[in-house]
Amino acid sequence: MNLATIPQNSGERQDLKHLRLSIAILREYLRELTLAGKSDQILLRWARRVHPYGHIASFFASSRMMNFIDNLPRRRQHILMQSVFTGPVYVVRDNIDTDQMISAQYLNLVPTIPEEYEKLGSFALGGLPDSLYPVRFVKPGQMDSDYPIVVGGRNFGCGSSREHAPIALGSAGCHAVLAESFARIFFRNAVATGELYPCEIADRLCDALQTGDVVTVDLDKLTVTVEATGKVHAIKPLGDVRQVVDAGGLFNYARKTGMMSAA
Amino acid sequence: MTLTEKILARAAGKGSVKAGDNVWVKADILMTHDVCGPGTIGVFKREFGPEAKVWDRHKVVVIPDHYIFTADSKSNRNVDILRDFVREQNITYFYDVIDDPNGSWKFDPSKGPLQRQYGSQYAGVCHTALPQKGHTRPGEILFGTDSHTCMAGAYNEFATGIGNTDAGFVMGTGKLLLKVPETMHFRLEGQLQPGVMAKDIILHCIGEIGFDGATYRAMQFDGPAVKNLSMDDRTTIANMAIEAGGKNGIFECDDQTRAAVDARCRLNGTRQTYEPVERDRHESFVYELTVDLSKLEPTVACHPDPGRRQLARLMTQTQLDRAYVGSCTGGKTSDFLEFARVLRGKKVVIDTFGVPASPEIVHDLQTARWDGQTVWQILVDAGVQMTENAGCAACLGGPVDTFGRMNAPLKCISATNRNFPGRMGHRESQVFLASPATVAASALTGHITDPREYLS
Repeated sequence: MNLATIPQNSGERQDLKHLRLSIAILREYLRELTLAGKSDQILLRWARRVHPYGHIASFFASSRMMNFIDNLPRRRQHILMQSVFTGPVYVVRDNIDTDQMISAQYLNLVPTIPEEYEKLGSFALGGLPDSLYPVRFVKPGQMDSDYPIVVGGRNFGCGSSREHAPIALGSAGCHAVLAESFARIFFRNAVATGELYPCEIADRLCDALQTGDVVTVDLDKLTVTVEATGKVHAIKPLGDVRQVVDAGGLFNYARKTGMMSAA
Repeated sequence: MTLTEKILARAAGKGSVKAGDNVWVKADILMTHDVCGPGTIGVFKREFGPEAKVWDRHKVVVIPDHYIFTADSKSNRNVDILRDFVREQNITYFYDVIDDPNGSWKFDPSKGPLQRQYGSQYAGVCHTALPQKGHTRPGEILFGTDSHTCMAGAYNEFATGIGNTDAGFVMGTGKLLLKVPETMHFRLEGQLQPGVMAKDIILHCIGEIGFDGATYRAMQFDGPAVKNLSMDDRTTIANMAIEAGGKNGIFECDDQTRAAVDARCRLNGTRQTYEPVERDRHESFVYELTVDLSKLEPTVACHPDPGRRQLARLMTQTQLDRAYVGSCTGGKTSDFLEFARVLRGKKVVIDTFGVPASPEIVHDLQTARWDGQTVWQILVDAGVQMTENAGCAACLGGPVDTFGRMNAPLKCISATNRNFPGRMGHRESQVFLASPATVAASALTGHITDPREYLS
């Protein structure tokens, strides 16, 4: 198939994204088959489950092959590492709980299955009431958000311990959340997964900014600069959080610093 | 040291710790369920390798409970992922939905939502199942991939919710790095009045400190009133520590605690030795509140957060579409008994749902008789839709076909634990949290109602 001939409207771009992902999974999976030396058994299970008309991606989603997919060398989907990034912000208010970040009905998605990881992103912040948030974080029909930075108020991420919450934000393309304060488990999960930088800001940015305002976040200087006005807000020191997220999460950090042996 | 500090010091192998210390603690139990288990297993396999074994197959407890009675194929698959992993790892404690260890789970919607569809091992909501199956012991450390894991603090242990990545780490190593939390002290005095329940105590406390008032902190509950609170009551209170942002909630160990733990551990053949922690004179608290239980009144937490406290008697203007009793917080036997006490011989006027937290509770309600009638039948006769399919159900919304889920912008009074926007389904729906007694009285009138009006 000549990928260049595929029209670039959003629906088909998504299919293309899925297709690429599926091909990548398949390629890695086939390699895993030869390495694992369990090919007969696995192929038998495959043969029983393959639907001849099913899209290959949905096959992966509905199969019980996750044990094998999990063994792939993929440690995480993206590694942030950038110390300065600029982009439009998405602004939410106080007490945004994990149900609003990822509606409970989508917790059937397993974050370590790559296709389901991608899907979680498409639902990020989807639980915000339409009446309060008519502009959506992820536009209907898209897989990713146009907003790499989320601005919140107090107690961001309260509620459940579901790691799907920071993962959904990270999968949608969010690099950092700038909030007055964070709930404990969300903060820890954001760092442990390395999905995003949870940055505490003393100033109440959710009052000062509106969705779409462009800011530059500088993690070295610990500043947030509002592009339109030039106003600078300070980020509270990130401490160890910076290195863990830089490394791509807790496990990568543990290996990098010799706390765990390299796998 | 406070109770929490004592447990953490012991688990860290240190003589003492203080709030703010970062310590590596040994886990006694790691619990996971169908919603976070597959992801935790994924992290474990990815990070420790395909052939890795869990650190202790007797200490990983796997309890499917969240999205069980749904036709959603991914949810059904997630239970199968748990079963595959349990088999591979030879894990001792797995409370499967079905009895066939090589089978796969599929919910049959044609049988309807009310009729029991689980096998003999299924245990229901993880937080209720943990003590019922003898996995909560004083002085221990319990990690769970669920925020309401803090409920087990009622049994004098340190219990807290963690994410998949942390849980994957615990699964492989049996350890976790924790920051020792500061402790907030809630001293309970006096006797609860008729119509007032443990739920009202915790809603009162959260209202007092605000729903992020305990963020990063432990909530210690003690005082002379505790001896009159049942283990069910204490779990209701510890369960909602997270609704104030708390890391854990904790109670002292007394004769009631020991009796419950001993009986349950014996029943399920789990370890019966444990070492409680006791209070000493050198406790340092960041906050102190004395609550006179005799002054409390039926309380409601209003939409959209658990800290919006109001007295039920002042809320009669709030019209309702639905009432719900269930969940780890409000679906215990004692909760349904209070619910039934108010509803007995009367009829609800709004859609009312009852979801017991565990099969054992279903059994209790179907065998306990008042004047020859089972409590279950009393509730059904009052118009409550009672399901035998114990589980988390609509407390957290779940897949759209979940029993009791709000699929429209309705207003619901609920004995559950959380009321953020969209918590029980539709993102424009509203949830008001209250005790089972208040839910019952409100179901009879169609608006928020003080249950004391129905006590003669």
